[in-house]
Amino acid sequence: MELIIFYLAAVVAVGGGLMMIMQRNPVASVLYLIVTLVAIAVMFVQLNAVFVGALLIIVYAGAILVLFLFVIMLLNLRGEKFAEKRTRLDRPTRIILAVAFILELLAMFKQVAFPGRMDELMVQASPDFGGARPVAELLYTKYLFPFELTSILLLVAIVGAVVMARRDEKDKKRGI
Amino acid sequence: MFEIFFPILALAALAAIIAVGLALLSVTLGRRTKEGAKMESYESGMVPTGDTRSRIPIKFYLVAILFILFDIEVVFLYPWALIFRQLGIFGFIEMLTFIVILLVGYFYILGKGALKWD
Amino acid sequence: MDLKLATIDLGLIAPEIIIAAVAMLILLLGNVVRRRTILAYFGLFGLVAALLTALPRWGNPASGFYGMVQADNFAIFFKIIFIIAAGLTILMARRYLISHEIESPEFYALLLFSAVGMMVMAATSDLVVIFLGLEIMSVPLYVMAAFARHDVSSNEAGIKYFIMGAFASGILIYGIALVYGATGTTDLRRILADWGFFEMHSQLFLYSGAILVLIGFGFKVAAVPFHMWVPDVYQGAPTPVTAFFSVAPKAAGFAALLRIFTYGFADMSQLWAILWILAVLTMTVGNILAIFQDNIKRMLAYSSIAHAGYILVALTAGGDGAVSSAAYYLLAYTFFNLGAFAVITLIDTRNSSTAQIDEMQGLSGRHPFLAAVLALFMFALAGFPPTAGFMGKFYIFSEAIKNGYIGLAIIGVMNSFVSVYYYLRVVVVSFFARPNKEFEAVSYTPAIFIVLVITAAGTLILGILPGYWLSLARAGIFQFL
Repeated sequence: MELIIFYLAAVVAVGGGLMMIMQRNPVASVLYLIVTLVAIAVMFVQLNAVFVGALLIIVYAGAILVLFLFVIMLLNLRGEKFAEKRTRLDRPTRIILAVAFILELLAMFKQVAFPGRMDELMVQASPDFGGARPVAELLYTKYLFPFELTSILLLVAIVGAVVMARRDEKDKKRGI
Repeated sequence: MFEIFFPILALAALAAIIAVGLALLSVTLGRRTKEGAKMESYESGMVPTGDTRSRIPIKFYLVAILFILFDIEVVFLYPWALIFRQLGIFGFIEMLTFIVILLVGYFYILGKGALKWD
Repeated sequence: MDLKLATIDLGLIAPEIIIAAVAMLILLLGNVVRRRTILAYFGLFGLVAALLTALPRWGNPASGFYGMVQADNFAIFFKIIFIIAAGLTILMARRYLISHEIESPEFYALLLFSAVGMMVMAATSDLVVIFLGLEIMSVPLYVMAAFARHDVSSNEAGIKYFIMGAFASGILIYGIALVYGATGTTDLRRILADWGFFEMHSQLFLYSGAILVLIGFGFKVAAVPFHMWVPDVYQGAPTPVTAFFSVAPKAAGFAALLRIFTYGFADMSQLWAILWILAVLTMTVGNILAIFQDNIKRMLAYSSIAHAGYILVALTAGGDGAVSSAAYYLLAYTFFNLGAFAVITLIDTRNSSTAQIDEMQGLSGRHPFLAAVLALFMFALAGFPPTAGFMGKFYIFSEAIKNGYIGLAIIGVMNSFVSVYYYLRVVVVSFFARPNKEFEAVSYTPAIFIVLVITAAGTLILGILPGYWLSLARAGIFQFL
């Protein structure tokens, strides 16, 4: 049963990702991205990383993608074709990079997922590993310094957003 | 693992069945007419004007991004609340520092009038 | 379960705390205090205070916060570089910001926050903290690049920098994730200590991760082939911001790179080949493209790419001597590159993105002092004795030869010869070209005059009396605890 759910989630995630990049309409892309994120959240839950899974849904699928929709509305993008400027080297570069990346993934996959090695590589985690409590026990002790740094990062982001998006006197004069 | 999440799975399945089922029902049972008025988007009985996707002011965006930043702040509170007792005064000061730094951001926003709507 | 709670030594991060607190106060006071001069000098005061708390730590390396903070000499050396860069930027920025009507308290706050991020990056051995520091450094920089909100080219610079920076961060965090997957830790000290125990399969992950980390930082320090964003961003951003861009984030990126690649990943024997190629490409492409630039900010942008290449030579060579040579060079480069940009900031009060080299005609007749210091900075960038530029390059290349990278050193020296052409062009134009029209007079402010004096003095002192500073840099190699 768990295996079935895993494959279902994997197929949905990959399919959603593919549909996301193949859509011309940016709003549809965002919706497919939500599908992908939910599927990935399912996989996180299966890996015992319940907290990360929940965060993925609350923060990413819930909040950040809403922001994406806002931006799309803001920019007034439609399903219009982007004028593509291609150089002659464009296509070969893409193909070379894609092939190289696939080879790299295959090499890793072969080394890691080699049958028989799987068991020795799998580390048996404690059942509540990845729940909110174990995360908290690490986050507020060992990772205390990074945790406080995040607050500065968030503060900087707040200031940046306000500086960039607020109307100033000059805008008001020009009636924007 | 599976037992714990069975209720959620059941709920998800129920939601999917209802969503797909209702759409299928209306497709199979409903009569189909294609007229001009039917193809227009529904605007609560008003005659629609312009495009649905019009540009919106950047104010909305600012509110949205500020919401997300404080949303992420709240995310840090969940796990903290779980082990709050174990951490004791140490955890309290730790979280206080975090909140105070973000409060600076909040007062900055207020002072700038970034949340004023005109 | 009983949690092991940390004993907190705030003294270790006192400079960061002071600067962050001052930045926050500037944000809050910015809505109340109408006189921005006070805020700017308050920021400067914070930097000086941070410097004074950082210096006594020299020679007493300490570690804290569960090993997340490393307050060793290496960290302090780089903290000094960041403080100098941020302080000089505040001094030179004010007049520019006022004359372009973009001055606001946020500028100083963002600058200080960015410096905090850099300090965090330089003073840790943990990849997670390095990443957080990088983000705290970068987010203000994106905003500062687009700070002239009503100028199209500044907006373009902000967007380009943001998109490239976001990509770089994504690649970097992916690399860190792979390293973590392979080793089970993000602590560089443990990666080094456990090196022999990693299995073949995790070696592959580790190498992939290390290369992705290298690419991520390659974007940040503007190494070829990850340099495409540099010219446009340097040209479009407000000139004082460009000045800050060209020195501080570069130093921070290299501080992290040096920690990661000459310490944590020191046993990755195959990596040097990639670094070698990266160094050669960065030097050569930067120098050759700089020749063809007529816009002075673009020229300095390519020149900064070339200088990143010289420091990559030190990174490739590895070893304690090379690390200290890179640190010394970054300190010297901070002085003469900031100085060059200070001159441009002063001359260029009109539209900053169109400053041509030819506009320097007649500078020596009108402003002999300005022309003289500009020539000094150009000589230092080109690497002439007796400036700091010469000593820095000499030190780096001799370390490369000492470690057996003779080919790399030769390519580096040849590149320096190429660079002489375009640096001297500026000097020749400002001194000898017959002006078509009278050079427009510029008015100094005391602040900019101080910047010019400090940078010129730094360039000369580090060049003429290198011994003391070199010994500082030598003492500044990292001592992890």
